[in-house]
Amino acid sequence: MAGALLTLISAIGVLRLPDVYTRSHAISKSTTLGMIFILMGTLFYFWLKHDHFNSRLLLAIVFLFLTSPVSAHLISRAAYYSGVRPWEGTVRDDLAERRENRTKSAK
Amino acid sequence: MTVMFYIALALLSLAIGCFVYRVVKGPTVADRVIALDAIGICLAGIVAVLSILLETSVFLEIILLIGILAFLGTAAFAKFLQKGVVIERDGNH
Repeated sequence: MAGALLTLISAIGVLRLPDVYTRSHAISKSTTLGMIFILMGTLFYFWLKHDHFNSRLLLAIVFLFLTSPVSAHLISRAAYYSGVRPWEGTVRDDLAERRENRTKSAK
Repeated sequence: MTVMFYIALALLSLAIGCFVYRVVKGPTVADRVIALDAIGICLAGIVAVLSILLETSVFLEIILLIGILAFLGTAAFAKFLQKGVVIERDGNH
């Protein structure tokens, strides 16, 4: 099935883990894509071979698709506000000004 | 055909190995949490491939369950990292 081939994508995306925030990016995108393809492969396997359409698998696909960007965003935001510095090669830092304001108002 | 599924299993295990490395070594807590989330997702994939290999459809509920648990764990950890507590109390604090 096509799932096997696309696992390779997620595994490569995992293996390359460059740096802190980019790592979250790589993990969330590539593993989600790989898992969605695997689950689709399973869905079609049971559908075509055993004539058994599994709605829970479809639900799992939709759930994974919805929640993985949400969780990636949550964890990156939490990391940023808890003081993890971005990689030195980061070109622009749009949130810096807002964070300065926050720390000022906290004082 | 079955060889392909075994290859997929091996790749997923390799991916989980990488994530475990990241969990153990990860410089920050956020890295560890992300890697744990990804381990959960990979486990769901392994369950899917196993259910194809074993020709049963009874494992398929587990996938949904694992996905939900991974998401809840990550959300709770994000809240913990940002605020310091998981469940906030209203009032004087």
